[in-house]
Amino acid sequence: MKNAIIKMLLILLTLGIISWANQTLDSYTLSILNNIGIFAILALSYNLINGVTGQFSLEPNGFVAIGAYVTALFLIPAADKIDMFALVDPAPIVLEMQARFLPAIFAGGVAATLVALFLSFPVFRVRGDYLAIVTLGFGFIIRIFALNTPAYTNGAMGLNDIPANANFLWIGSLALFTLIVMLHIVYSKYGRAMKAVRDDEDAATAMGINTFKIKTVAFMTSAFFEGVGGGLLASFLTTITPDQFSFLLTFQLLIIIVLGGLGSMTGALVATVLVMGSMEWLRFLDEDMVLFGMHTGEHPGMRMVVFAILLIIMMLFARKGLFGDRELPEFIKAKLKRKDEV
Amino acid sequence: MDLTTFLQQLINGASLGSMYALIAIGYTMVYGVLRLINFAHGDIMMVGAFFTFMATAAGLPFTLAVLLGILGSVIVGVLTDKIAYKPLREAPKISLLITAIGISFFLENLFNVIFGGVPKAFSAPDYLTKIFHLGDVYLPITVIIIPIVTVAILSGVLWVLYRTKYGMAIRALAFDIPTVKLMGIDADRIITLVFALGSALAAVGGIFYAVSYPSIDPLMGVIVGLKAFAAAVLGGIGSVTGAVIGGFILGFTEIFVVALFPELGGYKDAFAFFFLILVLLFRPTGIMGEDLERSRF
Amino acid sequence: MSAALLEVRNVTMKFGGVTAIDNLSFKVPEGSTYGLIGPNGAGKTTIFNNITGNYIPTEGSIIFDGEDITGTRPNKVVAKGIARTFQNIRLFKSMSVLQNVLIGFHDQIHYNYFEAIFRLPRYHGYERRIKVEAMGILEEFGLAEYADNEATALSYGNQRKVEIARALATKPKLLLLDEPAAGMNPIETEDLSNIIRKIKEDYDLTVLLIEHDMKFVNAMCDTVTVLDYGEKIFEGRPADAIVDPKVVAAYLGDFTHA
Repeated sequence: MKNAIIKMLLILLTLGIISWANQTLDSYTLSILNNIGIFAILALSYNLINGVTGQFSLEPNGFVAIGAYVTALFLIPAADKIDMFALVDPAPIVLEMQARFLPAIFAGGVAATLVALFLSFPVFRVRGDYLAIVTLGFGFIIRIFALNTPAYTNGAMGLNDIPANANFLWIGSLALFTLIVMLHIVYSKYGRAMKAVRDDEDAATAMGINTFKIKTVAFMTSAFFEGVGGGLLASFLTTITPDQFSFLLTFQLLIIIVLGGLGSMTGALVATVLVMGSMEWLRFLDEDMVLFGMHTGEHPGMRMVVFAILLIIMMLFARKGLFGDRELPEFIKAKLKRKDEV
Repeated sequence: MDLTTFLQQLINGASLGSMYALIAIGYTMVYGVLRLINFAHGDIMMVGAFFTFMATAAGLPFTLAVLLGILGSVIVGVLTDKIAYKPLREAPKISLLITAIGISFFLENLFNVIFGGVPKAFSAPDYLTKIFHLGDVYLPITVIIIPIVTVAILSGVLWVLYRTKYGMAIRALAFDIPTVKLMGIDADRIITLVFALGSALAAVGGIFYAVSYPSIDPLMGVIVGLKAFAAAVLGGIGSVTGAVIGGFILGFTEIFVVALFPELGGYKDAFAFFFLILVLLFRPTGIMGEDLERSRF
Repeated sequence: MSAALLEVRNVTMKFGGVTAIDNLSFKVPEGSTYGLIGPNGAGKTTIFNNITGNYIPTEGSIIFDGEDITGTRPNKVVAKGIARTFQNIRLFKSMSVLQNVLIGFHDQIHYNYFEAIFRLPRYHGYERRIKVEAMGILEEFGLAEYADNEATALSYGNQRKVEIARALATKPKLLLLDEPAAGMNPIETEDLSNIIRKIKEDYDLTVLLIEHDMKFVNAMCDTVTVLDYGEKIFEGRPADAIVDPKVVAAYLGDFTHA
């Protein structure tokens, strides 16, 4: 009971801070916060399938793209679509897709969830690491579809003038909502079963767990929130193109969940702030530098070289990331306990 | 489709299939011994093409450049295993897969930083750009050479695998690493051999790609790698013959589907993916695969 | 003698060309402790896997509680009331002792995903109840004080106990123990025997176990079946097994081969 009250107060406090920030902070700071909020939603949901359930998946960019396109199509007014679709006329259904903000975001999530269900059958019925390769492939395929179905996606030109409804109040609140949902999943029979599947699939089966079902549930949940994140991203950026949802997005999220500690939701949250912050901070690496009196020239991708090395080093020497697979309060408790013992 | 077009497409398909087959072997062998999808394998192919490109740009004769390209791939491939995969042999599987993705992303971006993302024109020597006309069939010399060289290389690989003690060790390792270690075989040396062989074949595939298209870029290995992996699964992951068959099936399918249904041309790169899904749904062990996955745990 | 809870009826299991189990039949009476013994590679664990649904027998059938369960998926077999432990202990390594046991309750918790996500009353009800029940089981095993410890940090003997506790949490009628005493010292083995007797009594269990330790088998089992190369070569009281010439020959053969 006491815990429930503390939890309620914490939620209200966070919502208060979000609403305060949304009204008072300048637009540059807010855009950084919005970015962090969206990435937090993505990292938390990615962590559920990869970290908690231990199924190596590379899906985020594909599902984010689906969510972004579906949400965008629901948000853009029909008249604007007719103007915008330059290659071919928009399909009738595209013109009919109209919804308010929250239902549009929800639809993005649902679309991604359905695709996840479809992908579950081939990948989870067999043992092995096919999930990774199928989801990696899917990320590329979705781009091919976006390019080849201009009546729905406007092809390579993408969608623009997407209504910018996604302010920090929405993004921050939905990030908080995602965190709560994820923690509730982790601390339920479903979360326990997901961890059991990760630790030892045979033993999990021997406990009566239907591992196919549990993996599918985790994958669909991840997909839903990635779709939601995609919808928010579309409305936040107001323009989307097929090339935007490249593997880079998935890679950034992978770095985040590894740094936070695979399986730790609070870890993913902290790592989102750290990684997104250092992405900004390391921007200079991609730019022209003067080293020993010589110009190095611009080299986009340098930051990613650094992050790739970071990822490999973490895997080799610090596999547990910041918090291991514990949540922040447990982590602190364990640290304090150890200190007591010493 | 008349006979001429058919022949034309058949030859094109064989040439494309050769490339997939060469790359698929690396995936299937590494998967066989380590149960690892080596995500960096497609990039190893890219590395081979780029090393060859640099060597030709430096004015070296083409044959030497090709050898250097192969050597470059082999070195990078073996180093990848030594530095990144070997320390993780006992670690959870997911760590190994994440590391493989890290290596892949590292190589792509490193080459992107060094060479820039703009595709580079790959200049092959004159004798490789000749075009023959056989009746109405249009035959760039490469589409003839590629399948022939591939078949020669593949026979060599199969000979190594089935007729030498190294090949026997590789096949034994695919069966059971701990037991092989007990039998006094140096498993790490064999794994190195697998990476070297796979990388060399990938480099040849990469050079074929570079000569045929004829341009290269740091991301060229991504989609080709993905397709080659699909080919390996189609043939039955773990089986070298299967990888070759899978590679050719994929090559022929891509060419013939586009020839018969030109409106599907935009989806060409997606065929491999649908193959992958279909195989996993209906015959997870692939065409030639052993029943690796059938445990009902 | 009471009715058979489990019947293995003419089961044959082939892997490729190798016959691991050859036309094996035996009945485990309800409430008994039944032993499966035999040299290494005799097919003991294979028959366990046939019973739990991990392998589908090539021929023959598995009858449990009057129902043919041949080919039932492993997780469904658990729901029917068969729980198992593994030869090499397989605890969930990221979890505490208590959490390991809680997994065993998976099928008995009937709140759905949305009730879990939104923490509806049924979630709280079930979670509270199973935690109490799990602690009860741990107390029975003398493990309550380790509830919050990492399961894999426990002593070998205690890890074995956690594995049995976890299996017990699934509320089985039949408990399959794969070499429960392996790697234990005599004191731990003695302790384990007492616990198995106690839980058998308290939970109305039937136990089918694989074991090499003949002293343990002698003390625990009412009946044993001896397997050699997948065939039954003896069935009867453990004391008679040790003096049976075929059994002795099978074991001696095993020694000379090893």
